[in-house]
Amino acid sequence: MHPAKSVIFFTTASGAGYGLLFLLIGGSMLEILPTDFWVLFSGYFLSFLLIVAGLLSSTFHLGHPERAWRALTQWRSSWLSREGVMAIFTFAPTGLYALQALFFPEGQSGLMTLIGLIGLAACALTVYCTAMIYASLKPVHAWANGYVPVGYLLLSLTTGVILLNGLLAVSGFWSGLVAWLATLLLIFSFLWKLAYWRFLDGTKSISTPESATGLGEFGSVRLFEAPHTEANYLMKEMGFRIARKHSAKLRRIVIFAGFVLPFIVISLTFFMSGALAVIFASLAVLSAGVGIAAERWLFFAEARHTVGLYYGAGHA
Amino acid sequence: MTTLPKNPPKKKLGLVIDLDICVGCHACSVNCKEWNSGGHSAPLTDTDPYGADPTGVWFNRIHSFEVDNPVDGGRTVNFPKSCLHCDDAPCVTVCPTGASYKREEDGIVLVNADHCIGCKLCSWACPYGAREYDEDAGVMKKCTLCIDKIYNPNLPEESRVPACVSTCPVGARSFGDLGNPESDVSLLVASRGGYDLMPEQQCRPTNKYLPPRPKKLGGGKTDIQALTPVADTSAGVIARWVDKFLSA
Ligand code: SF4
Ligand code: SF4
Ligand code: SF4
Repeated sequence: MHPAKSVIFFTTASGAGYGLLFLLIGGSMLEILPTDFWVLFSGYFLSFLLIVAGLLSSTFHLGHPERAWRALTQWRSSWLSREGVMAIFTFAPTGLYALQALFFPEGQSGLMTLIGLIGLAACALTVYCTAMIYASLKPVHAWANGYVPVGYLLLSLTTGVILLNGLLAVSGFWSGLVAWLATLLLIFSFLWKLAYWRFLDGTKSISTPESATGLGEFGSVRLFEAPHTEANYLMKEMGFRIARKHSAKLRRIVIFAGFVLPFIVISLTFFMSGALAVIFASLAVLSAGVGIAAERWLFFAEARHTVGLYYGAGHA
Repeated sequence: MTTLPKNPPKKKLGLVIDLDICVGCHACSVNCKEWNSGGHSAPLTDTDPYGADPTGVWFNRIHSFEVDNPVDGGRTVNFPKSCLHCDDAPCVTVCPTGASYKREEDGIVLVNADHCIGCKLCSWACPYGAREYDEDAGVMKKCTLCIDKIYNPNLPEESRVPACVSTCPVGARSFGDLGNPESDVSLLVASRGGYDLMPEQQCRPTNKYLPPRPKKLGGGKTDIQALTPVADTSAGVIARWVDKFLSA
Protein backbone atom coordinates (compact mmCIF):
# COMPACT_ATOMS: atom_id res chain seq x y z
CA MET A 1 0.00 0.00 0.00
CA HIS A 2 1.21 3.48 -0.83
CA PRO A 3 2.49 5.25 2.29
CA ALA A 4 0.98 8.74 2.14
CA LYS A 5 2.97 11.26 4.17
CA SER A 6 -0.13 12.99 5.53
CA VAL A 7 -1.53 9.74 6.90
CA ILE A 8 1.80 8.74 8.44
CA PHE A 9 2.08 12.11 10.13
CA PHE A 10 -1.55 11.94 11.25
CA THR A 11 -1.37 8.52 12.90
CA THR A 12 2.02 9.18 14.50
CA ALA A 13 1.26 12.68 15.79
CA SER A 14 -2.29 12.16 16.94
CA GLY A 15 -1.38 8.75 18.38
CA ALA A 16 1.30 10.37 20.55
CA GLY A 17 -1.08 13.22 21.38
CA TYR A 18 -3.82 10.89 22.63
CA GLY A 19 -1.25 8.84 24.55
CA LEU A 20 0.06 11.96 26.30
CA LEU A 21 -3.45 13.24 27.00
CA PHE A 22 -4.42 9.87 28.46
CA LEU A 23 -1.38 9.88 30.76
CA LEU A 24 -1.90 13.48 31.86
CA ILE A 25 -5.50 12.84 32.87
CA GLY A 26 -4.77 9.42 34.34
CA GLY A 27 -1.72 10.79 36.16
CA SER A 28 -3.70 13.68 37.64
CA MET A 29 -6.46 11.38 38.77
CA LEU A 30 -3.97 9.14 40.52
CA GLU A 31 -2.17 12.20 41.85
CA ILE A 32 1.21 11.06 40.62
CA LEU A 33 1.94 14.07 38.43
CA PRO A 34 3.33 17.44 39.52
CA THR A 35 0.60 20.06 39.97
CA ASP A 36 2.78 22.84 38.60
CA PHE A 37 0.67 25.00 36.29
CA TRP A 38 3.23 25.40 33.52
CA VAL A 39 4.13 21.74 33.38
CA LEU A 40 0.49 20.74 33.05
CA PHE A 41 -0.23 23.57 30.68
CA SER A 42 2.59 22.59 28.32
CA GLY A 43 1.53 18.97 28.56
CA TYR A 44 -2.09 19.62 27.62
CA PHE A 45 -1.08 22.20 25.04
CA LEU A 46 1.35 19.78 23.38
CA SER A 47 -1.14 16.92 23.34
CA PHE A 48 -3.94 19.02 21.83
CA LEU A 49 -1.48 20.52 19.35
CA LEU A 50 -0.39 17.06 18.18
CA ILE A 51 -3.98 15.85 17.92
CA VAL A 52 -5.22 18.88 16.01
CA ALA A 53 -2.19 18.95 13.69
CA GLY A 54 -2.67 15.26 13.01
CA LEU A 55 -6.38 15.62 12.27
CA LEU A 56 -5.75 18.58 9.99
CA SER A 57 -3.05 16.76 8.08
CA SER A 58 -5.39 13.80 7.60
CA THR A 59 -7.75 16.08 5.71
CA PHE A 60 -4.96 17.28 3.40
CA HIS A 61 -4.95 14.11 1.36
CA LEU A 62 -8.68 14.35 0.69
CA GLY A 63 -9.87 15.26 -2.77
CA HIS A 64 -12.49 17.57 -1.23
CA PRO A 65 -11.40 18.75 2.25
CA GLU A 66 -14.25 21.27 2.30
CA ARG A 67 -16.74 18.38 2.47
CA ALA A 68 -14.89 16.69 5.36
CA TRP A 69 -17.87 17.25 7.68
CA ARG A 70 -19.79 14.67 5.67
CA ALA A 71 -17.40 12.05 7.05
CA LEU A 72 -19.16 12.37 10.42
CA THR A 73 -22.44 11.00 9.11
CA GLN A 74 -21.88 7.28 8.54
CA TRP A 75 -20.72 6.14 11.99
CA ARG A 76 -23.15 3.22 11.88
CA SER A 77 -20.98 1.29 9.46
CA SER A 78 -17.70 3.12 8.81
CA TRP A 79 -14.72 3.09 11.15
CA LEU A 80 -13.37 6.20 9.46
CA SER A 81 -16.57 7.99 10.30
CA ARG A 82 -16.52 6.65 13.86
CA GLU A 83 -12.98 7.91 14.24
CA GLY A 84 -14.02 11.40 13.15
CA VAL A 85 -16.96 11.43 15.56
CA MET A 86 -14.84 10.11 18.44
CA ALA A 87 -12.03 12.56 17.75
CA ILE A 88 -14.41 15.49 18.00
CA PHE A 89 -16.27 14.09 21.00
CA THR A 90 -12.98 13.49 22.86
CA PHE A 91 -12.26 17.21 22.95
CA ALA A 92 -15.21 17.74 25.31
CA PRO A 93 -14.37 15.60 28.37
CA THR A 94 -10.58 15.95 27.97
CA GLY A 95 -10.84 19.71 27.43
CA LEU A 96 -13.06 20.10 30.52
CA TYR A 97 -10.75 17.99 32.59
CA ALA A 98 -7.70 19.94 31.39
CA LEU A 99 -9.36 23.28 32.29
CA GLN A 100 -10.22 21.99 35.71
CA ALA A 101 -6.75 20.56 36.32
CA LEU A 102 -5.14 23.82 35.24
CA PHE A 103 -7.37 26.45 36.81
CA PHE A 104 -9.19 24.76 39.71
CA PRO A 105 -6.73 22.10 40.86
CA GLU A 106 -8.33 22.06 44.33
CA GLY A 107 -11.80 21.19 43.13
CA GLN A 108 -11.31 17.49 42.42
CA SER A 109 -14.98 16.50 42.69
CA GLY A 110 -16.78 13.28 41.92
CA LEU A 111 -18.13 14.82 38.75
CA MET A 112 -14.65 15.71 37.54
CA THR A 113 -13.49 12.18 38.22
CA LEU A 114 -16.33 10.93 36.08
CA ILE A 115 -15.45 13.38 33.30
CA GLY A 116 -11.82 12.30 33.58
CA LEU A 117 -12.78 8.66 33.24
CA ILE A 118 -14.91 9.43 30.18
CA GLY A 119 -11.94 11.34 28.76
CA LEU A 120 -9.64 8.36 29.30
CA ALA A 121 -12.06 6.01 27.56
CA ALA A 122 -12.59 8.50 24.72
CA CYS A 123 -8.82 8.79 24.06
CA ALA A 124 -8.46 5.03 23.93
CA LEU A 125 -11.55 4.61 21.74
CA THR A 126 -10.40 7.21 19.24
CA VAL A 127 -7.06 5.46 18.78
CA TYR A 128 -8.90 2.16 18.54
CA CYS A 129 -11.12 3.57 15.78
CA THR A 130 -8.04 4.71 13.85
CA ALA A 131 -6.61 1.22 14.09
CA MET A 132 -9.89 -0.37 13.03
CA ILE A 133 -9.93 1.65 9.80
CA TYR A 134 -7.01 -0.54 8.81
CA ALA A 135 -7.89 -3.70 10.70
CA SER A 136 -11.30 -3.87 9.03
CA LEU A 137 -9.86 -3.96 5.49
CA LYS A 138 -10.04 -7.64 4.60
CA PRO A 139 -8.15 -7.36 1.29
CA VAL A 140 -5.02 -6.26 3.16
CA HIS A 141 -3.77 -9.32 4.98
CA ALA A 142 -1.10 -7.36 6.89
CA TRP A 143 -3.78 -5.18 8.46
CA ALA A 144 -6.85 -7.35 8.98
CA ASN A 145 -5.65 -9.00 12.16
CA GLY A 146 -5.66 -8.55 15.93
CA TYR A 147 -2.08 -7.29 16.08
CA VAL A 148 -3.04 -4.00 14.49
CA PRO A 149 -5.42 -2.51 17.11
CA VAL A 150 -3.17 -3.72 19.95
CA GLY A 151 -0.19 -2.11 18.26
CA TYR A 152 -1.87 1.23 17.68
CA LEU A 153 -2.99 1.44 21.32
CA LEU A 154 0.40 0.31 22.62
CA LEU A 155 2.42 2.66 20.43
CA SER A 156 0.13 5.57 21.21
CA LEU A 157 0.69 5.08 24.93
CA THR A 158 4.42 4.46 24.48
CA THR A 159 5.04 7.58 22.42
CA GLY A 160 2.84 9.48 24.90
CA VAL A 161 4.89 8.38 27.90
CA ILE A 162 8.17 9.18 26.13
CA LEU A 163 6.82 12.68 25.51
CA LEU A 164 5.67 13.02 29.11
CA ASN A 165 9.07 11.86 30.34
CA GLY A 166 10.77 14.44 28.13
CA LEU A 167 8.43 17.17 29.28
CA LEU A 168 8.96 16.39 32.97
CA ALA A 169 12.73 16.22 32.56
CA VAL A 170 12.90 19.50 30.68
CA SER A 171 10.79 21.31 33.27
CA GLY A 172 12.79 19.96 36.20
CA PHE A 173 10.13 17.53 37.47
CA TRP A 174 11.76 14.30 36.35
CA SER A 175 9.78 11.40 37.76
CA GLY A 176 11.22 7.95 38.32
CA LEU A 177 7.76 6.44 38.02
CA VAL A 178 7.17 7.92 34.55
CA ALA A 179 10.64 6.94 33.35
CA TRP A 180 10.05 3.46 34.66
CA LEU A 181 6.70 3.26 32.89
CA ALA A 182 8.37 4.45 29.69
CA THR A 183 10.99 1.70 29.73
CA LEU A 184 8.35 -0.90 30.51
CA LEU A 185 6.08 0.22 27.66
CA LEU A 186 9.05 0.34 25.29
CA ILE A 187 9.74 -3.30 26.08
CA PHE A 188 6.11 -4.28 25.48
CA SER A 189 5.93 -2.31 22.22
CA PHE A 190 9.18 -3.79 21.00
CA LEU A 191 8.01 -7.32 21.71
CA TRP A 192 4.70 -6.59 20.02
CA LYS A 193 6.48 -5.27 16.92
CA LEU A 194 8.68 -8.36 16.73
CA ALA A 195 5.64 -10.59 17.08
CA TYR A 196 3.86 -8.65 14.32
CA TRP A 197 6.79 -8.99 11.92
CA ARG A 198 7.04 -12.66 12.71
CA PHE A 199 3.37 -13.03 11.87
CA LEU A 200 3.76 -10.99 8.69
CA ASP A 201 6.74 -12.99 7.45
CA GLY A 202 5.05 -16.30 8.12
CA THR A 203 1.63 -15.87 6.51
CA LYS A 204 0.01 -14.92 3.26
CA SER A 205 -3.46 -13.86 2.29
CA ILE A 206 -5.83 -16.75 1.61
CA SER A 207 -6.46 -15.14 -1.77
CA THR A 208 -4.16 -16.24 -4.58
CA PRO A 209 -3.83 -15.59 -8.32
CA GLU A 210 -5.86 -18.79 -8.69
CA SER A 211 -8.76 -17.66 -6.51
CA ALA A 212 -8.61 -14.12 -7.94
CA THR A 213 -9.21 -15.46 -11.44
CA GLY A 214 -11.05 -18.64 -10.50
CA LEU A 215 -8.77 -20.49 -12.91
CA GLY A 216 -7.00 -22.64 -10.32
CA GLU A 217 -8.67 -25.84 -11.55
CA PHE A 218 -6.86 -25.43 -14.88
CA GLY A 219 -3.38 -25.01 -13.46
CA SER A 220 -1.17 -22.42 -11.84
CA VAL A 221 -1.98 -18.87 -12.81
CA ARG A 222 0.37 -16.01 -13.62
CA LEU A 223 -0.14 -12.67 -15.30
CA PHE A 224 0.67 -12.77 -19.00
CA GLU A 225 -0.24 -9.26 -20.02
CA ALA A 226 -1.30 -6.28 -17.92
CA PRO A 227 -4.33 -4.37 -19.19
CA HIS A 228 -2.22 -1.37 -20.17
CA THR A 229 1.35 -0.25 -20.63
CA GLU A 230 1.52 2.46 -17.97
CA ALA A 231 0.95 2.31 -14.21
CA ASN A 232 -2.64 3.13 -13.20
CA TYR A 233 -4.16 4.39 -9.96
CA LEU A 234 -4.60 0.88 -8.61
CA MET A 235 -0.96 -0.03 -9.12
CA LYS A 236 0.30 3.22 -7.62
CA GLU A 237 -2.02 3.19 -4.62
CA MET A 238 -2.45 -0.50 -3.83
CA GLY A 239 0.42 -2.06 -5.75
CA PHE A 240 3.13 -0.05 -3.96
CA ARG A 241 5.83 -2.52 -3.02
CA ILE A 242 9.03 -2.10 -1.12
CA ALA A 243 12.13 -4.14 -1.93
CA ARG A 244 12.95 -6.77 0.64
CA LYS A 245 16.37 -5.40 1.39
CA HIS A 246 14.95 -1.94 1.96
CA SER A 247 12.35 -3.23 4.33
CA ALA A 248 15.02 -5.14 6.28
CA LYS A 249 17.03 -1.95 6.61
CA LEU A 250 13.99 0.05 7.68
CA ARG A 251 13.07 -2.57 10.24
CA ARG A 252 16.53 -2.14 11.76
CA ILE A 253 15.99 1.62 11.88
CA VAL A 254 12.62 1.10 13.58
CA ILE A 255 14.15 -1.25 16.14
CA PHE A 256 17.06 1.04 16.91
CA ALA A 257 15.49 4.49 16.76
CA GLY A 258 12.01 3.51 17.89
CA PHE A 259 12.78 1.17 20.76
CA VAL A 260 16.42 0.43 21.63
CA LEU A 261 17.86 3.94 21.76
CA PRO A 262 14.90 5.47 23.67
CA PHE A 263 15.07 2.54 26.10
CA ILE A 264 18.81 3.05 26.71
CA VAL A 265 18.74 6.80 27.12
CA ILE A 266 15.65 6.76 29.36
CA SER A 267 17.24 4.05 31.49
CA LEU A 268 20.40 6.17 31.75
CA THR A 269 18.43 9.12 33.13
CA PHE A 270 18.01 7.11 36.32
CA PHE A 271 21.72 7.58 36.95
CA MET A 272 22.15 11.21 36.05
CA SER A 273 20.73 14.59 36.76
CA GLY A 274 20.72 18.14 35.49
CA ALA A 275 21.42 19.05 31.91
CA LEU A 276 22.51 15.58 30.90
CA ALA A 277 19.20 14.04 31.98
CA VAL A 278 17.35 16.72 30.03
CA ILE A 279 19.40 16.01 26.93
CA PHE A 280 18.88 12.27 27.22
CA ALA A 281 15.14 12.52 27.79
CA SER A 282 14.82 14.84 24.77
CA LEU A 283 16.95 12.52 22.69
CA ALA A 284 14.47 9.74 23.49
CA VAL A 285 11.64 11.90 22.13
CA LEU A 286 13.46 12.70 18.88
CA SER A 287 14.64 9.17 18.33
CA ALA A 288 11.23 7.65 19.03
CA GLY A 289 9.64 10.20 16.69
CA VAL A 290 11.86 9.10 13.84
CA GLY A 291 11.51 5.42 14.71
CA ILE A 292 7.74 5.42 14.97
CA ALA A 293 7.32 7.44 11.76
CA ALA A 294 9.47 4.80 10.04
CA GLU A 295 7.34 2.11 11.68
CA ARG A 296 4.20 3.69 10.23
CA TRP A 297 5.80 4.02 6.81
CA LEU A 298 6.62 0.32 6.86
CA PHE A 299 3.12 -0.51 8.08
CA PHE A 300 1.91 0.75 4.70
CA ALA A 301 4.85 -0.19 2.51
CA GLU A 302 4.92 -3.82 3.65
CA ALA A 303 1.18 -4.33 3.32
CA ARG A 304 0.02 -6.10 0.19
CA HIS A 305 -3.43 -5.72 -1.30
CA THR A 306 -5.30 -8.48 -3.12
CA VAL A 307 -5.57 -6.26 -6.20
CA GLY A 308 -1.86 -7.00 -6.75
CA LEU A 309 -2.93 -10.52 -7.70
CA TYR A 310 -4.44 -9.08 -10.91
CA TYR A 311 -1.20 -7.28 -11.67
CA GLY A 312 1.39 -10.02 -11.40
CA ALA A 313 1.87 -10.53 -7.66
CA GLY A 314 2.36 -14.18 -6.75
CA HIS A 315 0.66 -13.71 -3.40
CA ALA A 316 -1.06 -11.01 -1.38
CA MET B 1 -26.75 5.70 2.90
CA THR B 2 -23.55 3.94 3.56
CA THR B 3 -25.06 0.91 5.17
CA LEU B 4 -26.21 -1.75 2.74
CA PRO B 5 -29.92 -1.72 1.85
CA LYS B 6 -32.09 -3.02 4.70
CA ASN B 7 -34.02 -5.19 2.32
CA PRO B 8 -31.47 -7.01 0.16
CA PRO B 9 -32.25 -6.16 -3.47
CA LYS B 10 -34.39 -8.82 -5.15
CA LYS B 11 -33.33 -7.65 -8.54
CA LYS B 12 -29.59 -7.97 -9.02
CA LEU B 13 -28.41 -6.56 -12.29
CA GLY B 14 -24.98 -7.72 -13.34
CA LEU B 15 -22.74 -9.17 -15.98
CA VAL B 16 -21.81 -12.69 -16.92
CA ILE B 17 -18.41 -12.89 -18.59
CA ASP B 18 -17.49 -15.91 -20.63
CA LEU B 19 -13.77 -16.60 -20.34
CA ASP B 20 -14.07 -19.33 -22.93
CA ILE B 21 -14.83 -16.99 -25.78
CA CYS B 22 -13.34 -13.64 -24.77
CA VAL B 23 -10.59 -12.90 -27.28
CA GLY B 24 -9.08 -10.05 -25.29
CA CYS B 25 -9.74 -7.41 -27.91
CA HIS B 26 -10.28 -4.57 -25.37
CA ALA B 27 -13.29 -3.34 -27.38
CA CYS B 28 -15.52 -3.48 -24.30
CA SER B 29 -13.17 -1.33 -22.24
CA VAL B 30 -12.81 1.19 -25.04
CA ASN B 31 -16.57 1.46 -25.50
CA CYS B 32 -16.98 1.67 -21.73
CA LYS B 33 -14.56 4.59 -21.68
CA GLU B 34 -16.35 6.18 -24.60
CA TRP B 35 -19.86 5.94 -23.14
CA ASN B 36 -18.88 6.89 -19.62
CA SER B 37 -16.83 9.88 -20.73
CA GLY B 38 -20.20 11.47 -21.27
CA GLY B 39 -22.28 9.58 -18.72
CA HIS B 40 -23.21 9.53 -15.02
CA SER B 41 -19.60 9.75 -13.78
CA ALA B 42 -18.17 11.84 -16.58
CA PRO B 43 -15.49 12.79 -17.31
CA LEU B 44 -13.14 9.83 -17.03
CA THR B 45 -10.10 12.01 -16.69
CA ASP B 46 -6.87 11.17 -18.49
CA THR B 47 -3.63 12.88 -17.62
CA ASP B 48 -0.91 13.23 -20.22
CA PRO B 49 -3.07 11.29 -22.73
CA TYR B 50 -0.77 11.89 -25.70
CA GLY B 51 2.48 12.11 -23.75
CA ALA B 52 5.04 9.64 -22.53
CA ASP B 53 3.24 8.67 -19.33
CA PRO B 54 -0.48 8.53 -20.01
CA THR B 55 -2.73 7.47 -17.15
CA GLY B 56 -6.41 7.78 -16.52
CA VAL B 57 -9.64 6.38 -15.17
CA TRP B 58 -11.05 3.22 -16.73
CA PHE B 59 -13.96 1.19 -15.39
CA ASN B 60 -13.20 -1.99 -17.28
CA ARG B 61 -9.75 -3.42 -17.87
CA ILE B 62 -8.70 -6.53 -19.77
CA HIS B 63 -6.01 -8.68 -18.20
CA SER B 64 -4.47 -11.80 -19.72
CA PHE B 65 -3.35 -14.74 -17.64
CA GLU B 66 -1.24 -17.76 -18.43
CA VAL B 67 -2.47 -20.91 -16.84
CA ASP B 68 0.30 -23.45 -16.56
CA ASN B 69 -0.53 -27.11 -16.58
CA PRO B 70 2.03 -29.81 -17.49
CA VAL B 71 -0.71 -32.29 -18.49
CA ASP B 72 -2.43 -30.38 -21.29
CA GLY B 73 0.07 -27.60 -21.87
CA GLY B 74 -2.04 -24.95 -20.18
CA ARG B 75 -3.71 -22.01 -21.84
CA THR B 76 -3.91 -18.26 -22.05
CA VAL B 77 -7.09 -16.72 -20.69
CA ASN B 78 -8.24 -13.18 -21.41
CA PHE B 79 -9.81 -11.73 -18.35
CA PRO B 80 -12.00 -8.61 -18.40
CA LYS B 81 -12.64 -7.10 -14.98
CA SER B 82 -14.93 -4.32 -13.79
CA CYS B 83 -16.99 -3.70 -10.65
CA LEU B 84 -18.84 -6.86 -9.66
CA HIS B 85 -21.67 -4.99 -7.86
CA CYS B 86 -21.26 -7.12 -4.76
CA ASP B 87 -24.14 -8.04 -2.42
CA ASP B 88 -21.94 -7.47 0.63
CA ALA B 89 -20.03 -4.57 -0.83
CA PRO B 90 -17.28 -3.54 1.59
CA CYS B 91 -16.67 -0.40 -0.48
CA VAL B 92 -20.10 0.81 0.59
CA THR B 93 -19.87 0.12 4.31
CA VAL B 94 -16.42 1.71 4.78
CA CYS B 95 -17.46 4.97 3.12
CA PRO B 96 -17.59 7.65 5.84
CA THR B 97 -19.77 10.07 3.90
CA GLY B 98 -22.51 7.93 2.41
CA ALA B 99 -21.27 8.82 -1.07
CA SER B 100 -20.89 5.13 -1.90
CA TYR B 101 -24.19 3.33 -1.95
CA LYS B 102 -25.95 0.25 -3.19
CA ARG B 103 -29.32 0.70 -4.85
CA GLU B 104 -32.17 -1.20 -3.31
CA GLU B 105 -34.08 -1.47 -6.57
CA ASP B 106 -31.44 -3.25 -8.66
CA GLY B 107 -28.32 -3.77 -6.54
CA ILE B 108 -26.14 -1.42 -8.56
CA VAL B 109 -23.28 0.13 -6.55
CA LEU B 110 -22.70 3.82 -7.28
CA VAL B 111 -20.76 6.84 -6.02
CA ASN B 112 -22.46 10.17 -5.44
CA ALA B 113 -19.80 12.55 -6.75
CA ASP B 114 -21.35 15.51 -4.91
CA HIS B 115 -20.82 13.88 -1.53
CA CYS B 116 -17.53 12.03 -2.05
CA ILE B 117 -14.61 13.61 -0.15
CA GLY B 118 -12.01 11.58 -2.05
CA CYS B 119 -10.63 9.73 0.97
CA LYS B 120 -9.96 6.67 -1.22
CA LEU B 121 -10.90 4.25 1.56
CA CYS B 122 -13.47 2.48 -0.62
CA SER B 123 -10.78 1.65 -3.17
CA TRP B 124 -8.74 0.06 -0.38
CA ALA B 125 -11.76 -1.95 0.75
CA CYS B 126 -12.54 -3.42 -2.67
CA PRO B 127 -10.55 -6.65 -3.06
CA TYR B 128 -10.95 -6.56 -6.85
CA GLY B 129 -9.49 -3.16 -7.65
CA ALA B 130 -12.71 -1.98 -9.25
CA ARG B 131 -12.57 1.65 -8.14
CA GLU B 132 -10.37 4.30 -9.66
CA TYR B 133 -9.70 7.70 -8.22
CA ASP B 134 -10.04 10.75 -10.45
CA GLU B 135 -7.15 13.03 -9.41
CA ASP B 136 -8.64 15.85 -11.38
CA ALA B 137 -12.14 15.78 -9.92
CA GLY B 138 -10.94 14.66 -6.48
CA VAL B 139 -13.60 11.96 -6.27
CA MET B 140 -13.79 8.19 -6.63
CA LYS B 141 -15.20 6.68 -9.81
CA LYS B 142 -16.35 3.22 -10.77
CA CYS B 143 -18.44 1.17 -13.17
CA THR B 144 -22.07 2.32 -13.07
CA LEU B 145 -23.32 -0.68 -15.06
CA CYS B 146 -24.19 2.09 -17.54
CA ILE B 147 -27.08 3.20 -15.38
CA ASP B 148 -27.68 6.02 -17.86
CA LYS B 149 -27.94 3.59 -20.75
CA ILE B 150 -29.80 0.59 -19.43
CA TYR B 151 -32.78 2.69 -18.27
CA ASN B 152 -32.59 5.26 -21.06
CA PRO B 153 -36.05 5.60 -22.71
CA ASN B 154 -34.47 7.54 -25.60
CA LEU B 155 -32.62 4.46 -26.74
CA PRO B 156 -34.15 1.57 -28.63
CA GLU B 157 -34.98 -1.37 -26.37
CA GLU B 158 -32.11 -3.54 -27.65
CA SER B 159 -29.56 -0.81 -26.88
CA ARG B 160 -30.51 -0.68 -23.20
CA VAL B 161 -27.60 -2.83 -22.08
CA PRO B 162 -24.21 -1.74 -20.75
CA ALA B 163 -21.79 -0.35 -23.33
CA CYS B 164 -19.38 -3.27 -22.92
CA VAL B 165 -22.16 -5.73 -23.66
CA SER B 166 -23.34 -3.84 -26.77
CA THR B 167 -19.87 -3.80 -28.19
CA CYS B 168 -18.40 -7.23 -27.53
CA PRO B 169 -17.81 -8.67 -31.01
CA VAL B 170 -17.93 -12.28 -29.86
CA GLY B 171 -20.79 -12.14 -27.38
CA ALA B 172 -18.64 -12.93 -24.39
CA ARG B 173 -20.62 -10.59 -22.15
CA SER B 174 -24.22 -11.03 -21.03
CA PHE B 175 -26.31 -8.67 -18.95
CA GLY B 176 -29.36 -9.42 -16.88
CA ASP B 177 -30.99 -10.01 -13.51
CA LEU B 178 -28.92 -12.48 -11.53
CA GLY B 179 -31.37 -12.29 -8.65
CA ASN B 180 -33.99 -14.10 -10.70
CA PRO B 181 -33.10 -17.81 -11.02
CA GLU B 182 -35.20 -18.07 -14.19
CA SER B 183 -33.49 -15.25 -16.09
CA ASP B 184 -31.39 -16.03 -19.16
CA VAL B 185 -28.19 -15.01 -17.38
CA SER B 186 -28.97 -17.15 -14.32
CA LEU B 187 -29.69 -20.15 -16.54
CA LEU B 188 -26.45 -19.54 -18.40
CA VAL B 189 -24.52 -19.40 -15.13
CA ALA B 190 -26.17 -22.60 -13.94
CA SER B 191 -25.51 -24.49 -17.17
CA ARG B 192 -21.89 -23.44 -17.52
CA GLY B 193 -20.80 -23.56 -13.88
CA GLY B 194 -20.39 -19.80 -13.51
CA TYR B 195 -18.45 -18.78 -10.43
CA ASP B 196 -17.54 -15.88 -8.11
CA LEU B 197 -14.09 -14.28 -8.02
CA MET B 198 -12.33 -14.60 -4.65
CA PRO B 199 -15.32 -16.00 -2.73
CA GLU B 200 -13.05 -16.10 0.34
CA GLN B 201 -13.22 -12.30 0.51
CA GLN B 202 -16.92 -12.72 1.30
CA CYS B 203 -18.19 -9.86 -0.85
CA ARG B 204 -20.73 -12.06 -2.66
CA PRO B 205 -20.21 -10.49 -6.09
CA THR B 206 -23.16 -10.30 -8.47
CA ASN B 207 -21.10 -10.60 -11.67
CA LYS B 208 -20.25 -14.15 -12.61
CA TYR B 209 -17.46 -15.66 -14.71
CA LEU B 210 -17.87 -18.68 -16.95
CA PRO B 211 -14.81 -20.94 -17.02
CA PRO B 212 -13.00 -21.92 -20.23
CA ARG B 213 -14.48 -25.13 -21.63
CA PRO B 214 -12.34 -28.23 -21.12
CA LYS B 215 -9.73 -28.93 -23.78
CA LYS B 216 -10.30 -31.86 -26.08
CA LEU B 217 -7.28 -34.04 -25.41
CA GLY B 218 -6.29 -37.11 -27.40
CA GLY B 219 -7.71 -36.86 -30.96
CA GLY B 220 -5.52 -34.24 -32.55
CA LYS B 221 -2.42 -35.00 -30.59
CA THR B 222 0.87 -34.58 -32.49
CA ASP B 223 4.44 -35.29 -31.48
CA ILE B 224 5.62 -31.73 -31.96
CA GLN B 225 8.41 -31.03 -29.52
CA ALA B 226 8.61 -27.84 -27.54
CA LEU B 227 11.25 -25.55 -29.06
CA THR B 228 14.65 -25.82 -27.45
CA PRO B 229 16.17 -22.47 -26.56
CA VAL B 230 19.31 -21.35 -28.33
CA ALA B 231 22.18 -20.05 -26.24
CA ASP B 232 20.99 -17.39 -23.81
CA THR B 233 21.78 -13.76 -24.37
CA SER B 234 24.64 -13.79 -21.88
CA ALA B 235 26.71 -15.62 -24.48
CA GLY B 236 28.74 -13.48 -26.86
CA VAL B 237 27.66 -12.61 -30.41
CA ILE B 238 29.97 -15.14 -32.04
CA ALA B 239 29.03 -17.91 -29.65
CA ARG B 240 25.34 -17.28 -30.38
CA TRP B 241 26.00 -17.22 -34.09
CA VAL B 242 27.92 -20.46 -33.88
CA ASP B 243 25.16 -21.95 -31.81
CA LYS B 244 22.54 -20.92 -34.34
CA PHE B 245 24.69 -22.23 -37.18
CA LEU B 246 25.30 -25.58 -35.52
CA SER B 247 21.71 -26.13 -34.50
CA ALA B 248 20.37 -25.29 -37.95
S1 SF4 C 1 -16.36 -5.08 -6.99
FE1 SF4 C 1 -15.39 -3.71 -5.53
S2 SF4 C 1 -16.26 -1.69 -5.99
FE2 SF4 C 1 -17.61 -3.20 -6.95
S3 SF4 C 1 -19.20 -3.61 -5.40
FE3 SF4 C 1 -17.61 -5.17 -5.14
S4 SF4 C 1 -16.28 -4.33 -3.55
FE4 SF4 C 1 -17.50 -2.60 -4.34
S1 SF4 D 1 -13.49 8.11 -1.68
FE1 SF4 D 1 -15.60 8.93 -1.71
S2 SF4 D 1 -16.90 7.15 -2.13
FE2 SF4 D 1 -14.88 6.37 -1.49
S3 SF4 D 1 -15.04 6.01 0.74
FE3 SF4 D 1 -14.20 8.09 0.46
S4 SF4 D 1 -16.01 9.43 0.46
FE4 SF4 D 1 -16.77 7.34 0.12
S1 SF4 E 1 -15.14 -6.97 -26.05
FE1 SF4 E 1 -15.66 -9.11 -25.58
S2 SF4 E 1 -13.98 -10.30 -26.49
FE2 SF4 E 1 -13.27 -8.16 -26.42
S3 SF4 E 1 -12.17 -8.05 -24.44
FE3 SF4 E 1 -14.27 -7.41 -24.03
S4 SF4 E 1 -15.32 -9.30 -23.37
FE4 SF4 E 1 -13.41 -9.91 -24.36
